[in-house]
Amino acid sequence: MASEQPGFWARVQRASVERLHIRLESLVVLLALSTAMALLSPYFLSLSNFLNILLATSTIGVLAIAATFVIGSGGLDLSLGSVMGLAGVAGAFVAVNLGWPSVLAVIACILAGAIAGYINGQLVTRAFVPAFIVTLGMLGLARGLALVISQGRAIYGLPPEIVYIGQGRPFGIPMPVIIFVLTAIVAHAVLAYTRFGRHTLALGDSEGAARAAGIRVEHHRRIIYTLSGALAGLAGLLFTARVNAGDPTAGINYELTAITAAIIGGTNLFGGRASILGTMIGALIMGVLQNGLTLLAVQSYYQQMAIGAVLILAVFIDQYQVRKESRV
Amino acid sequence: MTLLSLHGIRKSFGAVDVLHGVDLSVAAGEVVGLVGDNGAGKSTLMKTITGIYRADSGSIEFDGKDILALDPGQRRQLGIEMIYQDLSLAKQQDVASNIFLGREPTKRLFGLFPGFVDKGEMDRQAAKMIERLGAHLPSINRSVGSFSGGQQQTVAIARALTFNPKLVIMDEPTAALAVREVQSVLDLIRRLKSEGIAVILISHRLNDVLSVTDRIVVLRHGRADADLVTARTNMNEVVSRIVGGGDIAAAAAHEQRG
Repeated sequence: MASEQPGFWARVQRASVERLHIRLESLVVLLALSTAMALLSPYFLSLSNFLNILLATSTIGVLAIAATFVIGSGGLDLSLGSVMGLAGVAGAFVAVNLGWPSVLAVIACILAGAIAGYINGQLVTRAFVPAFIVTLGMLGLARGLALVISQGRAIYGLPPEIVYIGQGRPFGIPMPVIIFVLTAIVAHAVLAYTRFGRHTLALGDSEGAARAAGIRVEHHRRIIYTLSGALAGLAGLLFTARVNAGDPTAGINYELTAITAAIIGGTNLFGGRASILGTMIGALIMGVLQNGLTLLAVQSYYQQMAIGAVLILAVFIDQYQVRKESRV
Repeated sequence: MTLLSLHGIRKSFGAVDVLHGVDLSVAAGEVVGLVGDNGAGKSTLMKTITGIYRADSGSIEFDGKDILALDPGQRRQLGIEMIYQDLSLAKQQDVASNIFLGREPTKRLFGLFPGFVDKGEMDRQAAKMIERLGAHLPSINRSVGSFSGGQQQTVAIARALTFNPKLVIMDEPTAALAVREVQSVLDLIRRLKSEGIAVILISHRLNDVLSVTDRIVVLRHGRADADLVTARTNMNEVVSRIVGGGDIAAAAAHEQRG
């Protein structure tokens, strides 16, 4: 049976998915969006604004990496934003209220996130509560705990080492951007090229197949949720250090943006397909969108609406293509 | 030489007793057919062999070792492979990823960082295995879900055979296949036998079972109800053992036609 030769565009698309792990459409959207913003605003195209976009993207980008692993494995983490807020408060509390060394504050941020993620993982795999409910509950729990620890007020007066993590500029590049890019490179290598990453996607693809292949499914899920929490902790550290305060309301609604970035980047909402490179493009789309709308003096209320609409649109397009491909 | 022996295997799910003490043995290079009505416990029994389910009581020995406490990954390493009826493929992953799932060869990245999957090696070996099976796939880098049923079956078989198994369990391997593909699966079973690999074949297609097995074990109400030597039995006897009496002649005649 001679199969129909796919067209040039289809071949390029397939190659980009197979070789680079990205969906070409997301790159096209990013370029189109950037071009539009550049035409609409004279301030958009400049090195300082480019760094601004990257800086604003760094926190969301780290959360989006977490979302990519969790969704790629067939799970969901709605607690990302709240855990990020909790982690930032925990770090600030350790540094300011306890007066402990900055290193311990950094560890506290990431550890607080990892513990929250670990609890998520335990509940999902042992208590058989759906991830949607567990992490929705954690969204409330972590936010509440952040408010309790900080007594509802932002914690100011962070030591200079911590502030450097958020505001330092070695070689003129903001520290959060450096940390974000390094995290993304490691995450990409892990997801695309290691056994851990492959098992993550196989698990999201078919839990039965993963189990039959001898992968310890529950154990793997617990690691993924813990990793997700730890990354949310890192995002909390970056944010807290940048704004120079442990703000208990930091990261509200960030899970929406992070999940949207992952989905735009080509992560299958139901697991089995995901790439960090794609998610980075998705995060940049979110960053350019927010930056551009701010430059155009659009109220931030509308930005929130835009992100929500983009999420639904991205899932719609993805599902439309999946159905088109399966209808042979 | 006995390769696999089960004694008194019991398994229940909540209040439902599925297996009530099953005894079964398979010799090296032997092809055993496992037949029985729907709900007789065939799939459950096989999953207690692969380790997906843990038997409530009883013993399982494989190659002289007690394997009751081992998980599916460890049992696979000892040489127990299963081809599931639903094929258990990760449909969005490519051919090599499926064949090597859970057993990926690794290398050091830049000679430094260990634990990186050696995709080139995986692709080469996967292509070799597919070729050895005499199958043709559109592309080894395509996601398995885009293949036809027969092609997906080939991937599942390749996965089971790549790591030199001693026992291959096949759950309804011919149920969803075209006539020509059924023959190639039966040929494959004969080839495995000639290479000294034992096969347990679960099938409702009694003609296939009778043509390719050495022994036929009938599972009924969670027990191994009959153990028949294929050369000394026939369709009538097998059917009567499966249904346990009743209008045997009519049932057998129906099977003969099918």
